[in-house]
Amino acid sequence: MTKYVLKRIVLMFFTFFVIVTMCFFLIRMLPRELPTDKNLQRVILARWEALGYFKPLIVQYGIYLRNVVTQWDFGTSWYIQFREPAWNVLTSRLLPTVLVNLYSFILSVPVGILLGIYAAIKKNKWQDQFISTTVMVFVSVPSYVYAFLVQYFLYFKLGWLPLTVYSLADAGGSWWTGKMFHSMIAPILALSFGQIAGLCRFTRAELTETLTSDYMLLARTKGLTRAQATARHALKNAMVPILPMIIGTFIGILGGSMIIEQIFAIPGVGQLYIKSINLFDYDIFMMDTVFYTFIGLLAGIVIDISYGFIDPRIRMGSKK
Amino acid sequence: MMNNNEYPNIPAEKFVMVNKDHRISDQKFEDKPIGYFKDAWIRFRKNKGSIVAACIILAIVLFSLLAPLMIRDHSATFMDTYYAKKPSRVLALQKFGIAKGTTSRNFSEAGLFRDVAMGIGAEDHDGTGQVTVAEGMASYYQPIKYIGTRSEYTEIKGAKPKVVYSSCSVENYLEVGFLYRSVEQAEFRRILEWQEKTGLQALYPLVETNEWNLDPQDANYWFKSKKGTPVAINEKGKAETLSFADDVVLEDNYKRDADGKPIYYEYTGGGTHDTAQYKIRVLYYNYYRYLNGEEPRYLFGTDSQGYDLALRLAGGIRLSMLLAVAISAINLVLGAIYGAIEGYYGGAVDMILERISDILNDVPFIVVVTLFQIHLANKVGAVPSLLFAFVVTGWIGTAARTRTQFYRFKGQEYVLAARTLGARDRRIIWKHIFPNSLGTIITSSVLVIPGVISSESMLSYLGIVKLGDANTTSLGTLLSDAAGIWTNYPHLLLYPAIVLSLLMICFNLFGNGLRDAFNPSLRGVEE
Repeated sequence: MTKYVLKRIVLMFFTFFVIVTMCFFLIRMLPRELPTDKNLQRVILARWEALGYFKPLIVQYGIYLRNVVTQWDFGTSWYIQFREPAWNVLTSRLLPTVLVNLYSFILSVPVGILLGIYAAIKKNKWQDQFISTTVMVFVSVPSYVYAFLVQYFLYFKLGWLPLTVYSLADAGGSWWTGKMFHSMIAPILALSFGQIAGLCRFTRAELTETLTSDYMLLARTKGLTRAQATARHALKNAMVPILPMIIGTFIGILGGSMIIEQIFAIPGVGQLYIKSINLFDYDIFMMDTVFYTFIGLLAGIVIDISYGFIDPRIRMGSKK
Repeated sequence: MMNNNEYPNIPAEKFVMVNKDHRISDQKFEDKPIGYFKDAWIRFRKNKGSIVAACIILAIVLFSLLAPLMIRDHSATFMDTYYAKKPSRVLALQKFGIAKGTTSRNFSEAGLFRDVAMGIGAEDHDGTGQVTVAEGMASYYQPIKYIGTRSEYTEIKGAKPKVVYSSCSVENYLEVGFLYRSVEQAEFRRILEWQEKTGLQALYPLVETNEWNLDPQDANYWFKSKKGTPVAINEKGKAETLSFADDVVLEDNYKRDADGKPIYYEYTGGGTHDTAQYKIRVLYYNYYRYLNGEEPRYLFGTDSQGYDLALRLAGGIRLSMLLAVAISAINLVLGAIYGAIEGYYGGAVDMILERISDILNDVPFIVVVTLFQIHLANKVGAVPSLLFAFVVTGWIGTAARTRTQFYRFKGQEYVLAARTLGARDRRIIWKHIFPNSLGTIITSSVLVIPGVISSESMLSYLGIVKLGDANTTSLGTLLSDAAGIWTNYPHLLLYPAIVLSLLMICFNLFGNGLRDAFNPSLRGVEE
């Protein structure tokens, strides 16, 4: 097991390194944009010269790696936050993204699983058919359509929620105030519909499979009631694939949803990405790319490893 | 059990041949054999949801193809900026009370007068000044179709109460009202001819610029008003405020010549007496008819720039579908070849190829798309570079599925038999193993389509992919077009969102139906 985990981690860093290298060259090849302000232009050009942005790409790459390793310096923001280190720019946007997604996660995981369990227990009855049909619709409809629906009904028609998330200053200078939470309800809801539906469908599928297994028959024959057998045997086994999925989603929280952040004006990582492209702030773009790549890889590896921890019967890394 | 020794000696002649004259051979099947695909089709047919979904997809595709043929009034590139953001208006449906081009809105008294005056002014093209409010309300060109409840309210205590007419129904196309245009003299004569021929009135008297004219740029203040509230000038030259009533006649503020006749044009300067342009005041509804030969008719209304939303939508669906189908087909081919090689040869080949696809798969998709757009969009265009971006990583899923299928089938006896008979690798891959895994692979490539459509609309909504121009548009571009203004013009968002959601739901249903049909073991497990 330890060997397998280590192997996966080494492999992950190898993949990470390859991707970052590819992206670095592709991003540094892009022509850089200068601001129209002459003085600023001169300042920036001088800085770029000093930072070696005009040297051959391979040399630039060497400098980049050295800076990352020795100073944890991923470059500098030139337009979004002038001369702020890219790492700081990114981390300062992490909290809003994580908060919104975390709230949505806390809401959608229990609801999704409970609905899924209910549907599986009532399989092929009208409750199940109702839930399954609704879930089918909710899984398919893109999340921004919910965003519009939430905005339309809860802001425009009823006026319960603000249209977008408040800025830090409006909400009293902290991300944790009640006012901020109130303004975050709309994106939380918009995010949750799809997640609830997805989780519900997955839970139902897994649970219906375990409910029809032979060990369920055995459990009932032993004299367990239906509820006992379901809770102790079926649910436990169904959780084997469900839990890793939840863990994956949890890590995905860091990445956030670009489109939801755009619609609700959340100053998060996703919005930073869009901004960095629109403003040609390529160091930030690179930083974001590194970040997204890492999150993706991390989620993948954690999901794989968690299978082994959740269910010891699954032998990781064994030959097929 | 019978004792074998019970009849020790049976003479040979006692034995009789059974069915002596009848040859026993295989009977011909009475039914036709049910092959793999036939079986899948039978199972697919039973899934009502999938059939309905397939029909809806077909209907949407048909709409996207037929809309340009059905809507003859204007082409997809036709644009009328004055009729931008207008809701749907279909003359044939008006008598059923739908698609009237109306919306509900609250009016202040001055605002209501401005709109009502459009109808009155439209009736009074000779400048007689005899048309009452009631006659104006009955006019065909009256934008106010229904006046809601009148109430007075005060914002601040003690201030003069404001009069508000809530929930008035207003026709958005007629509400454009009058406009000033600058036209060539020849054009002016053509308009006159057109008026003569059709009996419709497009040209209206010009309005005097004086203290009674609230806004000289706005051609709709043809009546004498003070801050927008109509007034009547009494004998002493003092203004009396008019309030809303049926028999009220608004006092016009038309430019008149020495004989008191209204003036319909004036020189705007530039050129000689014969070539200078005329400034004219037109009723835009009829001017539109003059220009385009038809009354404004828009099935889904118009978008934020004034294009026909139905045609834009049709174009968007065509682009999205074409892109999705092309990507799915390319991914199918690439993924099948790659996965087949991986799965069939296994070992070192498999490991190296797996690593390559792993690395590609782990590059965040959004980064791939962005890089392709920035690097290639200027050289080959936005759509091809989007296509490339989808293809670069899209085939991996198909390849993985093909690979698993190959691992499943390649050890089976019929493959061994084929190899023993001397079949080459290529033949075994394509003739023996591939057809067996075809069902799964096709299903997965159908399920690629909704993914592509939703990613594409998301990317163009975010502005990472810029697809909107006069000729091309996508569902996402239409949605982003509506962003920010859709609370006032819900139809801008409504139709694209409905179409997009329908497409997604139906493709998923259809794909799931296919999957269940091709995979009997999945039956009943999942919807």
